[in-house]
Amino acid sequence: MQYSAFSLLKNALTGHRYWKPAWREAQPRDRYDVVIVGGGGHGLATAYYLAKNHGITNVAVVEKGYIGSGNVGRNTTIVRSNYLLPGNVPFYEWSMKLWEGLERDINYNAMVSQRGVLNLCHSDAQRDAFARRGNAMRLHGVDSELLEKEQVRKIAPYLNFDDARFPIQGGLLQPRGGTVRHDAVAWGYARAGDRRGVDIIQNCEVTGFRIDNGKILGVETSRGFIGASKVGMAVAGNASRVAGMAGMRLPIESHVLQAFVSEGIKPLIDTVITFGAGHFYISQSDKGGLVFGGDIDGYNSYAQRGNLPTVEDVCEGGMALMPMIGRVRMLRQWGGIMDMSMDGSPIIDRTPVDGLYLNAGWCYGGFKATPASGWCFAHLIARDEPHAVAAAYRLDRFATGHVIDEKGQGAQPNLH
Amino acid sequence: MQIECPFCGKRDAHEFAYLGDATVARPDPAVPDAARAFYEYVYLRDNPAGSHRELWYHSAGCHSWLVVTRDTRTHAIETIAQVGAR
Repeated sequence: MQYSAFSLLKNALTGHRYWKPAWREAQPRDRYDVVIVGGGGHGLATAYYLAKNHGITNVAVVEKGYIGSGNVGRNTTIVRSNYLLPGNVPFYEWSMKLWEGLERDINYNAMVSQRGVLNLCHSDAQRDAFARRGNAMRLHGVDSELLEKEQVRKIAPYLNFDDARFPIQGGLLQPRGGTVRHDAVAWGYARAGDRRGVDIIQNCEVTGFRIDNGKILGVETSRGFIGASKVGMAVAGNASRVAGMAGMRLPIESHVLQAFVSEGIKPLIDTVITFGAGHFYISQSDKGGLVFGGDIDGYNSYAQRGNLPTVEDVCEGGMALMPMIGRVRMLRQWGGIMDMSMDGSPIIDRTPVDGLYLNAGWCYGGFKATPASGWCFAHLIARDEPHAVAAAYRLDRFATGHVIDEKGQGAQPNLH
Repeated sequence: MQIECPFCGKRDAHEFAYLGDATVARPDPAVPDAARAFYEYVYLRDNPAGSHRELWYHSAGCHSWLVVTRDTRTHAIETIAQVGAR
């Protein structure tokens, strides 16, 4: 069923009793042209673009849990393309452009809200770095504005501008950045892929790969063997474990990142504010909850929950930035597992196994990349060559020295 | 999460800084395939879901380097020893 104002009205008049499930409950078949491991945002987007852009519809997405149970439902919903390095900017800007047309494309309300993303700066050196980044963005055709203190005050008068350690001197604004309802992205891509014939197989865990003579034959799952000519891995958080089943060691560590939501309050923050110096960022959901987060906990973890020192650290950052937040109660807090790569940038590439493809290493920036990641991974799988905007995300860049290190931290994943 | 430092006793995890995998060893730069060996040493990790040997530094305490064996699925600590201790 095509969703529209008419379908909404029709179902409203009949008491919403006749809505159909958004996608079929598919059972695994013996064989597919392409199997995507991982039914998160990236895997579902990949399947959708395989069908839409490349006409490959004999596709299955296998997911060990249920759709939306992983990182696509655990992030803080921010989208932006304010990057510095040439390997990154065109990719994330392509993702931003796809976000802008996503809802029309997949006929699903993903609540794309271009409310702007504002990075705050606190020193001359930081302002210089922001000017450089803003100019790099503009050279790639991305919108950016360097703001003075008074311009920031107009946007967010409630911030603590005179903090002794980090007085706010200005900011870098990307007006086209914003937020997207993350669950709706997973559901929307699942439905759009399903409508084009993609099988979405939930509660089906991949337990191994069948490889013969360096060529992929299919995947072993908790529901039996599924044959496939090509297999794509999109399991960020668990990429090392899944790729390990194919005998690979990756330049990745898994770390836990926590996120937080406050009780619902009246509209307060109409943009996204990041306080990089204090490791804190915040926005407000349409339900009214303040959605915020900070750094990863900093140690290897697969636990999907973090520890209290980081909670305290994030809340201290919030108090330093906007002291009024101390009057708001925290409602929920959770953790997700990040694929922290050795240079802070992702990998979309072939693997040494013929027909096996890797999409991994998204660190804590995977959500904003969802459409472009799917678009480029589908391109790679269908044509066996990288898409132009993702050509730098090679698996061998660590061996050849072509790392993409936005923060210049070196091979220390917990610092990216 | 608390870490029991052999010198200071049980302390909160935020007193410690994390370096990472303790099982990787710096290769000999004189070996013929040193470039490959250094690539693997610097970049590749087992990243296990389960028992993980890792280096922690007691930065807000006694400044000793510790090898901690910890389960990455539960954060439960199995063993703690000073680096180089027998």
